[in-house]
Amino acid sequence: MVATEAYLMLSMVLFVLGTMGVLLRRNAILVFMSVELMLNATNLALAAFARQWGQEGGHLFVFFIITVAAAEVAVGLALIVAIFRSKRSINIDELHQMEG
Amino acid sequence: MENYPALVPLIILIPAIGAFINLFWGARLTERGIAIVGTTASALAFIIAVLLFSYLSSSGYEAAVVNPPFLDGWVNLVGIEIPWQMRVDTLSVTMMLVVTGVGSLIHLYAIGYMHGDERFHRFFAYLNMFLSFMLILVTGNNFLMLFVGWEGVGLCSFLLIGFWFDKAKGVGWRNSNAARKAMIVNRIGDFGLMMGIFLIFATFNTLDFYKPGELAVPAGAHGEAEAHGTEAGAEGEAGAAEGEESHKRPSFVLAEEETTGAEYTNNDHIPTEQLGVFGQTERYIAEGDHEVDFGPFSLPFNTVITLITIFMLIGATGKSAQIPLFVWLPDAMAGPTPVSALIHAATMVTAGVYMMVRSNVFFYEAELTSFIVAVIGASTAIVAGFIAVGQWDIKRVLAYSTVSQLGFMVAAVGIGAYGAAMFHLVTHAFFKALLFLGSGSVIHAMEHGHHHAHSHGHDDHGHDHDAHGDEHHHEEEFDPQDMRNMGGLARRMPATYITYVIGTLALAGIIPFAGFWSKDEILADAFIAAFEDGQLGGFIVLGLLLLAAGFTAFYMWRQIVLVFHGKPRTEAAAHAPESVATMVIPLLVLAFFSVTVGFMNFPSGLLGLDGIFGAHRFTDWLGYSVLHVHAASFNPVIAGLALVLAFAAIGIANNIYSKDKEVAATGRDPLQVRDGIGAAWNLAHARLYWDETYNRLFERPFNAIAKFLADTLDWAFWHDYFHNTVLLKGFRSIGTILSQPVDLGIIDGIVNGIGRLARWFSGFLRPAQTGYVRTYAITLLLGVVVVVIVLLLPLLQRG
Repeated sequence: MVATEAYLMLSMVLFVLGTMGVLLRRNAILVFMSVELMLNATNLALAAFARQWGQEGGHLFVFFIITVAAAEVAVGLALIVAIFRSKRSINIDELHQMEG
Repeated sequence: MENYPALVPLIILIPAIGAFINLFWGARLTERGIAIVGTTASALAFIIAVLLFSYLSSSGYEAAVVNPPFLDGWVNLVGIEIPWQMRVDTLSVTMMLVVTGVGSLIHLYAIGYMHGDERFHRFFAYLNMFLSFMLILVTGNNFLMLFVGWEGVGLCSFLLIGFWFDKAKGVGWRNSNAARKAMIVNRIGDFGLMMGIFLIFATFNTLDFYKPGELAVPAGAHGEAEAHGTEAGAEGEAGAAEGEESHKRPSFVLAEEETTGAEYTNNDHIPTEQLGVFGQTERYIAEGDHEVDFGPFSLPFNTVITLITIFMLIGATGKSAQIPLFVWLPDAMAGPTPVSALIHAATMVTAGVYMMVRSNVFFYEAELTSFIVAVIGASTAIVAGFIAVGQWDIKRVLAYSTVSQLGFMVAAVGIGAYGAAMFHLVTHAFFKALLFLGSGSVIHAMEHGHHHAHSHGHDDHGHDHDAHGDEHHHEEEFDPQDMRNMGGLARRMPATYITYVIGTLALAGIIPFAGFWSKDEILADAFIAAFEDGQLGGFIVLGLLLLAAGFTAFYMWRQIVLVFHGKPRTEAAAHAPESVATMVIPLLVLAFFSVTVGFMNFPSGLLGLDGIFGAHRFTDWLGYSVLHVHAASFNPVIAGLALVLAFAAIGIANNIYSKDKEVAATGRDPLQVRDGIGAAWNLAHARLYWDETYNRLFERPFNAIAKFLADTLDWAFWHDYFHNTVLLKGFRSIGTILSQPVDLGIIDGIVNGIGRLARWFSGFLRPAQTGYVRTYAITLLLGVVVVVIVLLLPLLQRG
């Protein structure tokens, strides 16, 4: 049986990778994918903890997060398509009309 | 029979109900229905009055005070308690009988007279309403009820004088002006009465005439007590017999025997503050030097009584049309003739006399006021009698005659002859109502005759034509009330003629008609006051009234000759028809009473005839409610003198007017064209320029002041100057200050300053919003890191 620490290490690596992707990438789709990576890193950690303590609460959170992430993808991809249609670009550094 | 006083609320209620029915449903009823409702209400009231009369006759003439159900605490405030109590005593029953009796006959007469009028139902509603208020006036046991009735009849008088307010050609204006004049002149008198009532309340702390259980006339009050000593004995027995039954009385009838019992023959057992105003007055007079405390100052009782009576006299001069306020009554003839007969001759205008007789205790004590009353009454009698000679309008002659006769009554009050005043009031009610109804019959006939004469081919006497309307479709003006247009009506209308002559003879004071007895009693009392008591007022009254009696006979016979004798002077007079039965029957009944009613107070000492008729019966009857009543025995000198004067005046009038061609030829009075008298006649014709004098003395200054106040003070100064300079400019400048420096400067400055402050501060924060997603993400990350560090800090410290 794989130790819980291993899952947590993997989860941490995945989360850092996702964070770096969000901060460094310019392509909105890649930023989006990085966000998904962070969510799934969290899922992994939750599932590992659930197994560690033998409780169902962690699984429950995982299902919620998967559901919310699916909804988020639907909205987020639609937004990205709409932005691309008007701007012909999905470079997030070009999208700063909302500055104060 | 002992329950009869409990009926007295109905005497007010029934005419009131009649008035309501006719007011609200009259428009849907036929003339016949309206007439039945109105006349029945009046007749029922008369029956109640008769029942009350029989009650008093059978119960020893003791007054009864009735508290009507549902009206117990009418005015019930701290320190002011005025119950709605009704008084059934000989004085009020006398007035009730006159008001309802004459009133019923006039209702009957009005059916024919008002036939075809578009406001027939309203007329009967007003008449019934008038009866109701007049009966409140005479049955009330306190001055406030009297005042309610007083104002109510004033209102009805106003409504009925202006009844034909919409007649064409300015006549409607004249009618409604006459109504307003009556209202306004009466206001002056009512103001006086109100002052009197306030003063009475301030003095006595009550307004009740006599409280229940109080005797108005204690035993032995009259000098001639032996005259009805036998009756008093019989009364005692009756009282004792009734004492056993007294517990059967309804609780709201507080008959006086019940509380006083047989042992009390005076009010000595009642404390002064529990007496009515007149009882208290008697106490204070007996006490001698009573002072009335008004808080800051006090006055001797006698002075207070003089003030009260003078205020009451002002009230009486208004309502009873005395100098100086009589000017409204002749104009009041603008109303329909039944109104003139009922309100402005027989009943309402006698309210002042009734009030003064009711307050005889006051007037008896107030010598100064009594003198003023006597002078006012006597001078009114002579002035109005003089003016009546110079009038052409048949109703105006009667109006001035009424003023003159009211002067007789008031003068009688002034010399202390309260019984004679009431006697003349009663007889006058009958014969003056008769004369007015007769004149109405003549006017009605003249209108029909005129219509007949001017509509050839239509010989239906215009019965389907509105006789009072404004549809007279002919060019020339025709006045059906002008005596110059009449003449020779005796043959055309015999019933009216005969009754009119009877009324005239009664008014002129010809023996044995009613007016002779009552007028003679006033004159006999004046004689006593003058020659036995040596009062100056007595001499004035005697002299002026004798003269006025001569004038009365003269102007009345002038009227008879001008209206009924000779040849018709117009086509209308030649075609005038006799009136319908409902109009003639009241004339006949009133004529009967004009002959006979005088015998009810047959004087003592005339040929022993008092054995047949009984002496002073009316005076004795009044003696049970009027304290200071006294009977004068027959005075052959005065009676003879008055008769000679009256006959002479009739003879002279007959002589002048019967042979006269002047009226027919030029429309001028034979006196007018005669040297020496012409000026006097013109003066009488111009009514002594009395109205013009008032116009000059009061109206014009009043109008000038009003004009000054309105145009100069109010409009020019107040509105234009004051409002523009002070108010408008003031508001403008204050508004400018408030808007410019205050609102825009301070208020806006603060608000804008706050806004600018926020803006300036937000300028520092704005760069944080870069618009780059990355910046937000890294900020979020840093935040998370900080949160995690803070969360982990305890662990690190522990570690």
